[in-house]
Amino acid sequence: MSAPPLLRYDGRPRLLGGWLATGRAASLAEHTRVNGPLPLGAVRRLPETVTSAGLRGRGGAWFPTGRKLKTVARNGRAAGGSHVVVNGAESEPAAGKDKLLLGATPHLVLDGAELAALAVGATKVTVCVHRGTGLARTVEAAIAERAAAGWGGASIGLSLAVLEPPRWYVSSESTALANFVGGGEGKPRDVSAYREGVGGKPTLVSNTETLAHLGLIARHGPDWFRMAGTGEAPGTALFTVSGAVRARGVYELPVGVTGNEILRVAGGATEPLQAVLVGGYGGSWMSPGALAAPFTPEALAPLSASPGAGVVVALPVGACGLVETVRVAAWLASQNARQCGPCFNGLPAIADDLARVTWARDRTALDRLRFRMNMVNGRGACAHPDGVVKLASTALRVFGACVDRHLHGQGCPGLYRPPMLPVPAPPSPSEGWK
Amino acid sequence: MEVKTQQSNQTLHVNMIECDGHGMCAELVPELIGLDEWGYPVVSADPVPRHLTKHAKRAVTLCPMLALKLVDRPGR
Repeated sequence: MSAPPLLRYDGRPRLLGGWLATGRAASLAEHTRVNGPLPLGAVRRLPETVTSAGLRGRGGAWFPTGRKLKTVARNGRAAGGSHVVVNGAESEPAAGKDKLLLGATPHLVLDGAELAALAVGATKVTVCVHRGTGLARTVEAAIAERAAAGWGGASIGLSLAVLEPPRWYVSSESTALANFVGGGEGKPRDVSAYREGVGGKPTLVSNTETLAHLGLIARHGPDWFRMAGTGEAPGTALFTVSGAVRARGVYELPVGVTGNEILRVAGGATEPLQAVLVGGYGGSWMSPGALAAPFTPEALAPLSASPGAGVVVALPVGACGLVETVRVAAWLASQNARQCGPCFNGLPAIADDLARVTWARDRTALDRLRFRMNMVNGRGACAHPDGVVKLASTALRVFGACVDRHLHGQGCPGLYRPPMLPVPAPPSPSEGWK
Repeated sequence: MEVKTQQSNQTLHVNMIECDGHGMCAELVPELIGLDEWGYPVVSADPVPRHLTKHAKRAVTLCPMLALKLVDRPGR
């Protein structure tokens, strides 16, 4: 057999193509017209297909999805059942891609979730969406539409439900989500969901965008998927770009474009930039010079960064990176689940040290901060503390000159500028963790 | 000549969610467990040396929260 012709990605958005202009969710009829029927024939070999496609989780960890499917299928067989959770909780304040995707093309996400459920032997799919956004209704309407049309769902032995987990930052972590779906609190657990998730059963917790890609891979195959992206991180990805850019928004781009290209697509910077926050709030500050690097997990790792959940926030030179970091670190600290000592003690302590460096010229706080970051890193049941350490440690590096100015009381031009990074109000005490 | 400490194929793992920072473990195996400034254990990721296995097991048994475990090293 001759080699297949070399195909190239045409640059058109795969997930969002066509849907955004209407400003509403694509109906099942529209979805069918564009994407075709549910490819049930792909289910039997789905883990292999997804593995050859090289799909990796878009929720932030970029873990190989094929491997996850295989593991949950195997564990599910041993445990006599499994569960699928669609993670659309998106409690990342600077991210909007999962909300956009569920609002624009819920059927593609549901297709991916149903195919994944069949592949791992699950009979139940729970879609978790951000509380209070109205998205639950959109997804419920889509599920009803499918039921009426006999598309997936009960016709293939699956039941689908929608839940709104609490809005805490850590509640969208996979073990927290599985715990919540199983009737518990939205707090992380010490055992992975693919081993012991919803109701103690092995659970596939997968990001909304990941499952949408999976829905397309099942239709078009691995070679098609690999036409975009890099060898190690194929496909397109959704980036939420905000801050000092002309056109804030969600953009679908091939994985491996540079940070500069992402900013260019978002209309370019409105002012000269001093840094970019990449990945999410538990992500990394990068200097503008580092934006020439391709945005893949591998290329960003040497810069202590990752594309994460696709968050890109451009910070202008007029802002103060330390002030921004203190606010976000304090917010993240307040979002801990009060479970792990190093987290509920360490994160407020780290945020306080940062505040003292920023506002009180406290030199000893800087040494203490470095010590504490090292001490706390990796010691929670989930990666929440590690995210805060990443944010704070990259801030110290990227805003090094700013740290010196603050410690010497030289004044910082951005000190009294309104903060740029959004910090949502915490869930009300009555809302709790359920 | 290099003298190698004989190692077991197990490591200590603390479930931080269960741990309340009683600190018993750090007293029983200070060679492998220290405490942070808030009294929570900092556990060595290295395999438990054979001569400390007995102490490690004792720490596991005496943890008031049953938060400490000896686990087989992955991939061995």
